[in-house]
Amino acid sequence: MIDLDSCDQSLFPTVHRSSRTDFAACLQCKSCGNGCPFVSAMDFTPNQIIRLVQLGMAPQALESATIWICVGCNTCTINCPMAIDIPAVMDALRHLALERGVAIAEPDILEFHREVLHSVERYGRTHKLEIMMRYKLKTLDLFSDLGVGLRMLKKRKLDLTPSKIDDIHHLDPVFKG
Amino acid sequence: MELSYFPGCSLKAQGHENNLSLIEFSRAVHVELIELPDWNCCGSSSAHAIDPTVAALLPQRNLSLAPKGRPLLVACPSCLLRLKQAHLALVRDEAAQAAYEQRWQTEFDPDLEIIHFFELFSRIDLSRYLDNGENRLNNIRFAPYYGCMLARPPDLRFEANYHGLMESVLTRLGAKALSWGYGTRCCGTFLSVAKPDLATTVVNGIVSGAMDVEAECLVTACAMCHLNLEIRCTLPKRIPILHFSELLSLALGTSDPKRWFPKHLVDPRPLLKKRGLL
Ligand code: SF4
Ligand code: SF4
Repeated sequence: MIDLDSCDQSLFPTVHRSSRTDFAACLQCKSCGNGCPFVSAMDFTPNQIIRLVQLGMAPQALESATIWICVGCNTCTINCPMAIDIPAVMDALRHLALERGVAIAEPDILEFHREVLHSVERYGRTHKLEIMMRYKLKTLDLFSDLGVGLRMLKKRKLDLTPSKIDDIHHLDPVFKG
Repeated sequence: MELSYFPGCSLKAQGHENNLSLIEFSRAVHVELIELPDWNCCGSSSAHAIDPTVAALLPQRNLSLAPKGRPLLVACPSCLLRLKQAHLALVRDEAAQAAYEQRWQTEFDPDLEIIHFFELFSRIDLSRYLDNGENRLNNIRFAPYYGCMLARPPDLRFEANYHGLMESVLTRLGAKALSWGYGTRCCGTFLSVAKPDLATTVVNGIVSGAMDVEAECLVTACAMCHLNLEIRCTLPKRIPILHFSELLSLALGTSDPKRWFPKHLVDPRPLLKKRGLL
């Protein structure tokens, strides 16, 4: 049911501005959803997300699992007849969800992204082993995947020590503004 | 030919076999790769996911480190996208250029060429190195796997395209390319960590798709795809996953592939021995 009175009129212009994408042109042809490799794990298909934003249905769009499951692979973008940058819309919705402090449907995925950025802030590069350990601690999922982790260590697919940049302060404009 | 080289975290920290073979191959075709001094992570899938400012600035610092007049060769398709998008955003916006120059204390270079490793093949003449080796890869049957690298956002739609490149180059080197349905299926990227079961479903579909057309190996163009295909595949029987650069350097007879083949989770050596390539 769409209750137009409770719709958020600011959603469309906000997402339009930050995604720099004209999703008003969407035809609802569903090419995006039909080709998305991860649609089975989504609660709304990508075309449904576009519709939610057009209608201003902010809670549904911002609290959806879809915006976190989307990996930005651009499979949908090259299929879209209107050249809509769907991953850019997903990016904009994720940023807005964090800004507005709404419930996050996939907190583990958010935690993973935070660990990656933590690593980049600390070393200038990603240190996969530390990201994995911290992610596992934070999500209290210590023992799944132990076998995979050990095999990766054995084959030196996970380096024990991080590859770092020399001048970490040169990154200050990125993280410290 | 001298090029600046941006390996990116995936190659530098876990795709050692990709990095080593890529450098060896380039050396064999007289391309000198000069690693971009003190490069940083381009932001991977995570920066643009949760922090637009960090996502915009991380690739900028790398651009600011690139010496003028020397093209920047990027090994990872995803880093390439980030770097190109950052460069394009600056080219189009003079105010952003001024802020960039202030921030990084260096002049913005609108003409910096950012190229993927694949673009090397339009700059070198491979046949120069092949006079006696028409069938160097001895008909090894491979399924070319591009993952999402052929897809791109609308603002980069007129950039160079690499459809069929692995097929044409490896066929020239004597391998046999198979046509199949999963060559451009995304590998799952970070879902491999946060949703391993989902990644496994996708990866098993890709690997079994290759085995259905009787491929002896999969050939990947991206170190992250390679890792996901190796660690998330749970099929009882599976084929080796090789980096494009590994087959290239093998074909050109570069020094010591034994250094990197043991790093694979599915050992490719029995297959390569069977084909007389080791
Ligand atoms: S493919 Fe494009 S036009 Fe079609 S439904 Fe998706 S966003 Fe809309
Ligand atoms: S970019 Fe996102 S929505 Fe589009 S196909 Fe990939 S995962 Fe699906």
